[in-house]
This record gives sequence, structure tokens and C-alpha cells, in this order.
Amino acid sequence: MAPLLELRGVTKTFGSVTALRDVDLEIGAAEAVGLIGDNGAGKSTLVKILSGVYAPTAGALHLDGSPASFGSPADARRAGVEMIYQDLALCDDLDVAANIFLGRELRRRLGPIRILDRERMAAEAARMISELGLSLVPGRLVGTMSGGERQMVAVARALQFQPRLLLMDEPTAALSAEKIRVLLGLVEELKRRGVSILLISHRFTDILHVCDRIVVVRQGTVVGSLQPHAQPAEQTMARMTELMTGDRVSAA
Amino acid sequence: MSATTRPVSPAGRLRSALRPAEGGVNPGLVAALLILFVLLAVTSPYFLSSTNLLNIGKAVAITGIVAVGETIVIIAGGFDLSVGSTMAAAGMTAAFLLGFGVPLPVAFAASILLGILIGLVNGAIISYARINPLITTLATLAIVRGLAYVVSGGREIVISDPAWLSLGTGAILGIPVMIVIVAVTFLVFGWAMPRTIFGRYAYAIGSSARAARLSGVAVDRWRLAFYVTCGGLASLAGLVLVARTGNAQPSAALGVELDVITAVILGGTSLTGGRGRLAGTLIALLVIGIVNNGLTLLGVPSYWQQVVKGGILLAAVLYDELHRGRRDER
Repeated sequence: MAPLLELRGVTKTFGSVTALRDVDLEIGAAEAVGLIGDNGAGKSTLVKILSGVYAPTAGALHLDGSPASFGSPADARRAGVEMIYQDLALCDDLDVAANIFLGRELRRRLGPIRILDRERMAAEAARMISELGLSLVPGRLVGTMSGGERQMVAVARALQFQPRLLLMDEPTAALSAEKIRVLLGLVEELKRRGVSILLISHRFTDILHVCDRIVVVRQGTVVGSLQPHAQPAEQTMARMTELMTGDRVSAA
Repeated sequence: MSATTRPVSPAGRLRSALRPAEGGVNPGLVAALLILFVLLAVTSPYFLSSTNLLNIGKAVAITGIVAVGETIVIIAGGFDLSVGSTMAAAGMTAAFLLGFGVPLPVAFAASILLGILIGLVNGAIISYARINPLITTLATLAIVRGLAYVVSGGREIVISDPAWLSLGTGAILGIPVMIVIVAVTFLVFGWAMPRTIFGRYAYAIGSSARAARLSGVAVDRWRLAFYVTCGGLASLAGLVLVARTGNAQPSAALGVELDVITAVILGGTSLTGGRGRLAGTLIALLVIGIVNNGLTLLGVPSYWQQVVKGGILLAAVLYDELHRGRRDER
């Protein structure tokens, strides 16, 4: 079976700078892939190609085995690829339900006009939140919520689009240890629902346990791919560090 | 399903309407209105007379119509300084057309259309050329006012059409027509803002235009709609102003931006967008109207009104700044 999404020989240059060189990447259905690398290794360029922000300079993108090209984030969304940005891109002055339904508001007829169906949106949001096992109040203003709760709102909003692949850019960066646990639990739940995940991080301890595969990038190329469940965690960690930095370090 | 968290009891409803953290009306403003009201009722025997109360209403009615549009634009993260010029230009346009024998409804429609056009120009420059709204509308303020002078040669036009004048002098069941117009404007948009896509996107875009755009909201087109609404309402206010003064003049509504923006900001609409309520703007208008009325009744020279107005605006902006500062420290 062809992977859900596949990059073949993708190169991206900006003027004389080569951000990505000949990158191959596969993401299978319901697979969680971790993408790690130092700052400037090419993680965000790779993600922007997957989410339709950049077009690759060379190379091809395949969706379900057939060639695809995303001209814009809207194209990527139509193809089932949804992105959660590091800053989450939420409207602080709107409540949870309004954020989840932003751009796809449910409406009902009132005489000649169509008005917002606030009750149905609040109910749908509440149903969705409880299905995901989250504790969010649909009527709460997002601006008054903690970083962890805001992350949950962003995930819930992304799921509204019923994505096949969810790209998460540094989702754990601003979270406490406990919130990271909740978030990673959510990733497990999404996998169970058949959603593929690409988790971008430079803190590999966070993603070690939820990812089926970890891809390491350095200086614009994929330098390795690891199966974290195939070996003890310490070995994986040591190998990741080696690949990320390019140095051989002695595993304790 | 008990998904909605909106309180259902009347007391709960009132509490949520008054809670500033959720874009409600600042309770301090409501208190100020009540205190001013009682203070003036006690100190001036004339204050509570129905003539005086209707005068207060009439004094803030025209500003109020414009303030509705301005509130929407500021909630959406914009700004419109060109409303006063639009009012003058709208009044001149209808007066001119009437002078050429054009029927009144057609002349009114043309003048509203002019306001819509000015709103379109403002919105297009701000949305598509990405020019700061303050600068854009400062420029259109000057251009539109200038054109009103050029076209009229600086002359005013006296209006004798009774139908038009009735907008400023007539009454329906004892209530002045201009108060009815401003009340209807507030009711329509006050109803629509929390219940329609138009209102929802004004708040969303003012809160984070980027987030709205990433969610698929056509941000630029909605911005146009908000400026168009503001321009159209400014035109309507310009027509009412002509009816009240009995003539259309290119210098009409000079400096009205100050009054309008003071009411909007005092009413709790955030200068940076995303938060605000038309109910707040309405209460702020009444506070300003009562302060001005009180200063007059107490025999304070009218020049002081300008000083007080500026002071109120400054206080409102300071409050907004402090309030926002608290929110950011989460």
C-alpha cells in the first residue's frame, strides 16, 4: 500500500541558500512521525512544503501514490493536510467554540437571513472536546486560558477539518511537563482514529514515546530514520544525538 | 445537552453583560452614567424635564449613528477618521441633486452610495495596499472634505424640502425622528454583531487577522464590508445633520471624529480591536451627552466642553491600556 504522503528528492533553495537537499520522506496512514533537528536544520522549510506554503524547487510530492502539488495552504487543507502553527494562530477575543468553528460557522435560517447557530456550535464543540477526553469549556475566552489549554483548542480546531495528516510545529515548546503528557496522550488518540501525525520538535525526549518513527534532519538533508520501539530508549536517544549533531558520542 | 454556558437567569445575564473581561460593558461606565444623572437631577431643576432629556438625545443622535459604524470598524482592528468629511460630502451631494430637481429618495440613495464608495476606497487601500488605517483615513478625511469645498465653491445650500427637514425636526409619537433613527441603528447592529457572520468576523479579524486568514476567512473582503458600513452610516448621519441645521455646508461635522472616537473608546471598545460592544458605545454617548448638557446647565463656558471631551478620551484610552496590560500578564 502506498504511504499517505511521500516526498521524493525534494530540494528547496532560497537564492543561493539551499535549505533542503534531496529529501525523501514517507508518512504512512495513522503513523506518527517525529521530525527532529537543530534550529536551522530545515525542519520548518520541510513543514512549509508539506502545508503548501512553499513549493519545492525540485522533487515531487505524492499523495496516496499519485503526484500532487500544493499551491497554497488551502490546497493542502483540501488534500487533508492540516497544520498547527507554533503560535497556534488563535483569536484570543473569541471563545473556544468560536475558535473551533472559525471560518466554518454553523448557521441557521431566521426569516430571510442566516444567523450564527451559537447553540449548535457550542454543543458540537462540547461533544468534540469530550470525545477527545479534554477539559475545555466551549464558552471560555481563549485569551484567558493557559498555554496547554490553548494548544488543545488549536488541536480541536484542526480536527474540525477532518485531516488525514496533522502537522504540529513544536507543540510542546511552551508546555509544562504535565501538559506535555496530556498532549502526547492526544496524539495517541488521534493515531487510534487513523490520523497521521508529523510532530516537529527539537526536544526529542518529548516525542520518543509517541512516534512510530523518528526522522532526523541536519543541514538540509535527512541523515537518519529511527524506530524508537525497536531498541531501548537510551540507545535511540544516543543515536538521535549523534545524528543531530553529526558527532559520535559515547552512550552511557 | 448542557453545552451552552451562557447564564439563563436574568441576574446571570446582567452579570455577563457587565463583565468587561468578556467584552461586556464596563460597570464603571454604567456607574458614572447613574451618578451623573442623579447629580444633575439634584443640582439643576431643569435637567429632568422631558424637553431637556430629549435635547440630550438629539445632541448625541447624529454622533451616535456614526459611532455605530466606527465601533464596528475599531472592533475589526481598523480606524476611520474620514467620517466627518463623509457626512459633509453626503449632505452636499443630496442638496445638490435636490437642487437639480432629482427626487429626494434618489438624492438620498446617491448620497448613501457616496458614503459606501468612500468606505470602499478606505477599505481597499487598507486591505490591499496594506496602508495603516490612521494614515489612509486621515488622507481621505482631507481629500473628501477638500472635494466638498471645491464642488460647492465653499457655499452652503439652504434646504427647504419639508420631508428632508422632518428628519431633524419631526417626531413620531412624541419622540424626535432623529432619536428614532439612532435607536434603530443601534438596535439593528447591536442585534447583528453577536449573531451574524458579519459581527463574528469583525471580532475575529480584530482579534487576529492572521488566525482568521489561516482559518479561511476572506479577511480583506470583510474589511471592505466594515468600512463600507461605516461610510454608509456616516452618510446617513450627514443627511440627518443637514435636516437639523437646515442647510448643507462643506464645513459640516468638522472635528466630529473626536466625539465619535471618544464615545467608542470610552464605551470599552479596544483600540487594538477584537473587543467592544455597541451597548458600551451607547452608554458612553449618553455619559458624554449628559456631561455636556450638565456643563451648559451649570453655566460653564462652552469652550470648556472641548477640554472636558479631550480629558474623557484620554481617561478612556488610559483605562483601555491598563485593562489590556492586565490581560497580557496571564
